[in-house]
Amino acid sequence: MSHSNRERGILRYRWWTRLNHWTVAISFVLLVLSGLALFHPFFWSLTGLFGGPIMTRAWHPFIGVFMTLFFVLLAIPLFKDSLIKRYDIQWLKQINDVLSNRDERLPPVGKNNAGQKLVYWIMLGCVPILLVTGIIIWRPYFAEGMPIWLLRFSVMVHAYTAFLAIITLVIHIYSGIWVKGSIRAMVQGRVSKAWAKHHHSLWYDEVMKERKQQPAAKDDSSARPQ
Amino acid sequence: MRGDQINLQNIVARSATTEPSPQVRHGGVEEVTKLIDVSRCIGCKACQVACSEWNDLRDDVGECVGVYDNPMDLTPETWEVMRFNEYEDEQGNLEWLIRKDNCMHCEEPGCLEACPAPGAIVKYANGIVDFNSEHCIGCGYCVAGCPFDIPRISKKDEKAYKCTLCSDRVFHGLEPACVKSCPTGSIMFGTREDMHELAAARTDFLKGRGYEKAGIYDPAGVGGTHVIYVLQHADKPEIYGGLPEDPRISPMVDAWKGVTKPLMSAAIGLAALSGFFHYATKGPKEEPEDDPDEEKASEAREEDK
Amino acid sequence: MTNHWVDIRNADLILSMGGNSAEAHPVGFRWVMEAKYRNNARLISVDPRFTRTGAVADFHAEIRTGTDIMFLGGLINYLIETDQIHHEYVSNYTDAALIVREEFGFEDGLFTGFDATAGQYDKETWHYEVDEQGFARRDDTLQHPRCVYQLMRQHYSRYTLDMVETVCGTPRHKIQRVWDMIAETARTGQTMTILYALGWTQHSIGSQIIRTGAIVQLLLGNMGMLGGGVNALRGHSNIQGLTDLGLLSNLLPGYMSLAKAEEQDYRAYIEERVRQPLLPDEVSYWRHYERFHVSLMKSWFGDAATEANNWCYDWLPKLKADLYDVLHTFHRMSLGEVNGYFCQGFNPLASFPHKAKVTAALSNLKYLVVMDPLATETAEFWKDHGEYHSVNPEEIQTEVFRLPTTCFAEEDGAIVNSARWLQWHWAAAPPPGEARPDVEILGGLFHRLQYMYREEGGVFPDPILNLTWPYRRPDSPGPSELAREYNGWALQDVHDENGNLLCRAGEQLPDFGALRADGSTSCGCWIYSGAWTEEGNQMARRDNSDPYGIGMTLGWAWSWPVNRRILYNRASARPDGTPWSQDKALIWWNGSRWVGADVPDFPKQTPPSAGLGPFIMNQTGRGQLFARDRMAEGPFPEHYEPFESPIGMNPLHPDNPLAKNNPAARVFEVDRENFGTFEEFPHAATTYRLTEHFHFWTTHALLNSIMQPEKFVEIGSTLAEELGIERGDRVRVSSKRGYIDAVAVVTKRIRPLQVAGQTVHQVGIPIHWGFKGVAKKARLTNELTPFVGDANTQTPEFKSFLVRVEKL
Repeated sequence: MSHSNRERGILRYRWWTRLNHWTVAISFVLLVLSGLALFHPFFWSLTGLFGGPIMTRAWHPFIGVFMTLFFVLLAIPLFKDSLIKRYDIQWLKQINDVLSNRDERLPPVGKNNAGQKLVYWIMLGCVPILLVTGIIIWRPYFAEGMPIWLLRFSVMVHAYTAFLAIITLVIHIYSGIWVKGSIRAMVQGRVSKAWAKHHHSLWYDEVMKERKQQPAAKDDSSARPQ
Repeated sequence: MRGDQINLQNIVARSATTEPSPQVRHGGVEEVTKLIDVSRCIGCKACQVACSEWNDLRDDVGECVGVYDNPMDLTPETWEVMRFNEYEDEQGNLEWLIRKDNCMHCEEPGCLEACPAPGAIVKYANGIVDFNSEHCIGCGYCVAGCPFDIPRISKKDEKAYKCTLCSDRVFHGLEPACVKSCPTGSIMFGTREDMHELAAARTDFLKGRGYEKAGIYDPAGVGGTHVIYVLQHADKPEIYGGLPEDPRISPMVDAWKGVTKPLMSAAIGLAALSGFFHYATKGPKEEPEDDPDEEKASEAREEDK
Repeated sequence: MTNHWVDIRNADLILSMGGNSAEAHPVGFRWVMEAKYRNNARLISVDPRFTRTGAVADFHAEIRTGTDIMFLGGLINYLIETDQIHHEYVSNYTDAALIVREEFGFEDGLFTGFDATAGQYDKETWHYEVDEQGFARRDDTLQHPRCVYQLMRQHYSRYTLDMVETVCGTPRHKIQRVWDMIAETARTGQTMTILYALGWTQHSIGSQIIRTGAIVQLLLGNMGMLGGGVNALRGHSNIQGLTDLGLLSNLLPGYMSLAKAEEQDYRAYIEERVRQPLLPDEVSYWRHYERFHVSLMKSWFGDAATEANNWCYDWLPKLKADLYDVLHTFHRMSLGEVNGYFCQGFNPLASFPHKAKVTAALSNLKYLVVMDPLATETAEFWKDHGEYHSVNPEEIQTEVFRLPTTCFAEEDGAIVNSARWLQWHWAAAPPPGEARPDVEILGGLFHRLQYMYREEGGVFPDPILNLTWPYRRPDSPGPSELAREYNGWALQDVHDENGNLLCRAGEQLPDFGALRADGSTSCGCWIYSGAWTEEGNQMARRDNSDPYGIGMTLGWAWSWPVNRRILYNRASARPDGTPWSQDKALIWWNGSRWVGADVPDFPKQTPPSAGLGPFIMNQTGRGQLFARDRMAEGPFPEHYEPFESPIGMNPLHPDNPLAKNNPAARVFEVDRENFGTFEEFPHAATTYRLTEHFHFWTTHALLNSIMQPEKFVEIGSTLAEELGIERGDRVRVSSKRGYIDAVAVVTKRIRPLQVAGQTVHQVGIPIHWGFKGVAKKARLTNELTPFVGDANTQTPEFKSFLVRVEKL
């Protein structure tokens, strides 16, 4: 069975999207590692990855700002496909079927399923919060001028938000491992028609419909690749 | 006071550490306390100068903003300041309350709780809370953790600084520099027990002089402090340059650093573990085969070409 | 101080008035705290401002600056009229019973003998009535209408509570409260100490304010007592030493006085100063004046001083003016009458009043020599410092020499503290660069002058050529050599009146009791005799044992006179020789001699039954309620307004312009024109020092400058509101003579006063900050101050003048 759909199947993520995603992903992982290092002594040895504790403290906020920029670029085009639809609610209601791999019972979904959309919205909420609270507590540049209550509030919110984001990240990564074909989709960009039909049948139908209307443009013109 | 109070085995609490402190030594070190009797303070700032002299600190020459206070606030190079407060009671009687503001050396230090760097903040068996700059990473969490707004981060080296209670002097059996320099006996130093006894005597004296609300400031919210005040108006600590009435480690800091810290860490680990177990029990969502109908599948392949 | 620092702790009441003791003397203030906490003493602060002393005082009363005589005069009246004086003390130990000459009088603010044209008194009538033997007549019942007690009573009867409130502006209830607290110390066993400083001295009536304090203490029986006395807290660490060694223009060492121009005859000079007792058998110790004088001359001129040449009396300068004080000298300098000026350990541009006049005066010099460890403002008076000191260097021809000197920590020597203790200290660090001790610089100058006189001759070379110079290294006399010299040594064997050997030739003198008027002893400063004896350097002693537990550590350093710690301590015992109270026991008669915790200030073996008075330096042996002819403006202190008064008249004598200000004060005409009026300059100003700084020195030190970086003025919140000034605003403070700019400290601690029917606002101006050093630059405070001084000492009136405050 050949899954090499380099020239075949459906283009799910454009190169630009893939690049963005992985930039954000790598940054995010670095943020998690450096953030956790300063969060609990259990993770302190992670500071070694960054050239020591002071480097860890110094780099973390810069990585954060860097990530935010790319996150914005990533999030804007994903916006429309992340709007929650009626069938997403149904999908979520059947989360047990999802987890138990009883995919056949699930309602058809569009380009993104409700799980992916949740990741989108949670991250869209978390990143700005992390950015703002992070800037507030950022030494030596901004924290100096902040009132102490705000520092306290910000470190607390930063920690809780980061927690939520990390949990989301863990689920997100696991989902990629769990749902075969999705990592390739984000690495190489394309999915097989069968994969598309199986996991995102509404999107699949849409792609097929467009192809029939514009047989000439069959490649990158597949329905809204991102 | 014994001279051997500060060595590594006399560190009883250490920031960002999961392991317990050395336990074997016991009873050899008495807890120390600095007593600041505000009713005897003339605000001469000898303690400020002595602090700068002993600790080799030279702050910037600032400016006058219309009060006697100077430097205006604690800085990385000013570890204590006198706060001058003109207070008029309900009868219009004027008092000039002058309070020496510096690290309180809490029994339960908020800075230590907040600090993420192992061993950057330590508490010695004698009660002194000290910053170990060697381990300080300059994150400023101690600033957020402190209920008294004491630590300051230096722009020169991005490290946190505050009063050490002259731990180096105390180590050698001397009193802190501020105590040594105080001309009026407003600042005293000794064992916790002795200082509380003295503070009680001074409180009684003040009550005898008509200060009915005189009392000792040793806030229980932080487990007591190793710097205590005798106040003429212990019922109104806030009139002494904003001394907090019931200081405690902020609930926000607790919410950030308390039990939630291990809980959240565990939750993250658990989440990853759950994924693994889910994978192991339920298996992956395998990539669907191309159309099961061989014909249609090859048709599709053709189409792709 | 009549008493000493540690003794403050023995007081039951501490009156801090005319000084801000906590601010200016924080280290000595520890004893005030000890008194409060160990002796349950009360502390009263009477001050124009609520100060750092006020912060720890049990009671604070505000007062208009320069009205202390009124406040204390009112107290005298109150004590007498309510009969709260220490009767036994007053009648035995003061001159209350002595009868004053009939011609003496006081009318409309002036004592008898005033010469309005000269602005001086003929003091002939200010004297006791004496009998045929020259002794003062007395009435021990104190009923004679002309006895001192009755005259004083009459004098202060005008100082009613109403009048005090009117003049001082102190709220009535506060005056009454302070008076009541003080009156309690009239009780036997209760003592009050008075702590004062420049807040009493720096007025045109400064000396008389202190006199009033002394009268109060005599009436209460607090002089000579443990925890009593009138205690000057000196403004420099060694200013006591300066006056002791006679560095005032009219003095010789040990408070001997220079001759006046008309005193060309040696015998007459001595007779005038040898004071004979005014009551039978009294000690009147100044009658030994000639012993002190001759020993001084032997110390200065050695073998050249002989009886035949009147011990070189002719070589001493004679005064044409009463006093060649700083005001006088700078006035003459401003008139071009002075060529050169040696400025040693002084910063006159910053320290003397009316800076514009001082600048003009220095500009008239041919040369100025500044000897100082620091680059002072004076050394750069010729340089343009922009808005802080604007001059045109091209117009100033004065040649300025700067000779760097060592500072106190770089040399050995004794510093005399306020308590008259000579405490030896040792150099802590070598001097930097080319700095040399002052003695070495002056020694070099002396040798150069001597050489020139010897080689080239000149007018009147004798004193220079014959000056004794017995030092091992002539170019650099050592501190210990100078100390041995002021202690003095025997030139021949010295015997007492019974022929017993007191001291062999060549030996250090044991004390001034061994001084002789026959040329057999040499002594550089008679009151210091005993500081460096055959037993060695007494000033270096460091035994702080206190056998009686009352803070009397006679083994610590050495105190003049003869290591006595509390002056007039004979008065601490009753006339019968037993202590007034056991817990205030200081010295007592044990049946054969005087013993106790201090060196008795009394002939050791004279029994109480002899009836001698305890004030042995006075001709009466008594404390002087009546100053006789010793003060310039009268035998009883009288309130006069400051020369710049915010009310423009003296409520005591509203109709006599001569009695508005101190009638005996010396005012140069040109300076009178520079006095402002309250119409133009409505705010009463006073100057002072802050704990964080020492005069104009510590603005050169980083730490002090960090602690108090910038010039400010203190303004009461009421006045600030009127003028639209808020805390931290920049303000301009102007007087008739100049202006300064500073930051406004707006405070509740200065309250407006109701004085003679009008509201008076006081403004506080610290003296620190000039245009040199590391602190923020500023114009010198003495831009503002008036060029007039106390009538007796010519100490400038820095504490009371008029300004106008404006927001910038």
